[in-house]
Amino acid sequence: MNQDQHVDYLLRLGDNALILGHRLSEWCGHAPILEEDIALTNVALDLIGQARMLLTQAGAVEGKGRDEDALAFGRDVLDWRNVLLVEQPNGDFADTIARQFLFDIWNHQVFSTLLGSTDAELAAIAAKAVKEIAYHKRHSSEWLIRLGDGTEESRARMIRALDVHWGFVEELFTPDAVDQAAFEAGIGPDLAALRPEWDAAVAAVLDEAGLERPEVGWAVHGGKTDGHHSEHLGFILAELQFMQRAYPGLAW
Amino acid sequence: MSDATLDSKGGAGPAVADDPKRRAAFDARVAAEGKVEPRDWMPEQYRKTLIRQISQHAHSEYVGMLPEGNWVTRAPTLRRKAVLLAKIQDEAGHALYLYGAAETMGVSRAEMLDALHEGKAKYSSIFNYPTLTWADVAAIGWLVDGAAIVNQVALQRCSYGPYARAMVRICKEESFHQRQGYEAMMALAQGSPDQKKMAQDSLNRWWWPSLMMFGPSDRDSPHSAQNMAWKIKRESNDDLRQRFVDMTVPQADYLGLTMPDPDLKWNEERGHYDFGEIDWDEFWRVVKGNGVCNRERLQARRDAHDKGAWVREAAVAHAEKRAARSLAQAAE
Ligand SMILES: [Fe+2]
Ligand SMILES: [Fe+2]
Repeated sequence: MNQDQHVDYLLRLGDNALILGHRLSEWCGHAPILEEDIALTNVALDLIGQARMLLTQAGAVEGKGRDEDALAFGRDVLDWRNVLLVEQPNGDFADTIARQFLFDIWNHQVFSTLLGSTDAELAAIAAKAVKEIAYHKRHSSEWLIRLGDGTEESRARMIRALDVHWGFVEELFTPDAVDQAAFEAGIGPDLAALRPEWDAAVAAVLDEAGLERPEVGWAVHGGKTDGHHSEHLGFILAELQFMQRAYPGLAW
Repeated sequence: MSDATLDSKGGAGPAVADDPKRRAAFDARVAAEGKVEPRDWMPEQYRKTLIRQISQHAHSEYVGMLPEGNWVTRAPTLRRKAVLLAKIQDEAGHALYLYGAAETMGVSRAEMLDALHEGKAKYSSIFNYPTLTWADVAAIGWLVDGAAIVNQVALQRCSYGPYARAMVRICKEESFHQRQGYEAMMALAQGSPDQKKMAQDSLNRWWWPSLMMFGPSDRDSPHSAQNMAWKIKRESNDDLRQRFVDMTVPQADYLGLTMPDPDLKWNEERGHYDFGEIDWDEFWRVVKGNGVCNRERLQARRDAHDKGAWVREAAVAHAEKRAARSLAQAAE
């Protein structure tokens, strides 16, 4: 794996965490119940903390003096490497839970593998992150079950939300050249090989929620490989980067 | 604050009618610094006052998430974003302890929230001011949390045990809030001309409302005497306000910022800073609903509550189904 690919791989992980953390932070003060203001903020904080470590490591491997903030605030849409799933809007609480659940199950698999990464710094980050992600997975699974097996309304909303997000799952498991190189270098997992375990884990939770696996006839890709994102990312960046764009080069 | 009208539903208290003997014993115990616990007999007026005060305090923590939450997605660095989120999360935690403390007096969180949403219960008026720039986040931490600490340290000695204990826990976190705000303000005050301008402007806008957080002047504060005797309130509004001024003026000096008060000066004789007259018309205007953000803040709380109704119903329905299933299983 060449250095560019290594940086790119770390950016994928860091960007996933930052964009999803940012999305969750939008709930702060607006959650359905006070306890969820706290819980969603907890998850957001974990993800932003992980993003900071991952982007710092990406900058270190790159060796051009870019720190976490230079990477977070200085890149435009085409240079972001997150998957499309995490940039989708919060929608209603069922949408947020669907997005989180599908991602958490995958993310936990990925970070469990990263514990043994040949990038020692990445392995150390994973050791901290994997415990946090285990909590995220529990939180989103529990809500998926509550909503699926709650009222008629919550069940209908949960089914719709899973349909809306299901087509973003394929991108998680479709390796491109960078994923392949990371796998061969012992840095990252064999993505395609993670799928059966993911299917089983998701099926178990859906079953407990009394829900069926969605049948949708679409799947989209593009965020992680080409920076070809959905329209949402531009607006996220407009907010995320506003201060650094309006007042470049200052210390805060 | 002393301006709400939430009445106790009066359900859970062990005693209903005030009887003079118990009242005398209660007064004596409180006078001797004894703590009042949820199961103890207490005068109805004591219960009402505390429910009003604690629920308002809880609402203030809850609504107070909004003005700072306004900057979470725009924080200038990832570190600032994380610190701000952690701080707002603490405020949610404070709301949670405080709703819990009020519930010990026999009022439910749902009732308290209804009173908030119907505009019957107040929250601190400071949160009706807008956060226009990043410096406002710094100013809130420095000044608003700073003022809250002065108030809350005094309340650690409140006669009602659950409230006093909640304050001990909360005060530890508030001092982190105040420090992070001051530190963020320091970065601005030592920064570029743009940053200094935003810092000074935010101090100009937040200074007087922060002084108003201590409530009306002692001259116009009718409930104070009884509340002092019952040790619900431990120090007068004006004394607390003076302490805040004395504590904060040197901090502003150190930042190199100018207080927006031409009458502010050290009084050697009193050993305190003298300061100008608060614009009480503005205070009452904002309390009565005419601040820039009153309607938005309340609407944001109502919207979150209304949009979340189906989620809360689902959680209850699921818990009931689960309980029914495990009951059925146990019967097999
Ligand atoms: Fe607080
Ligand atoms: Fe605070």
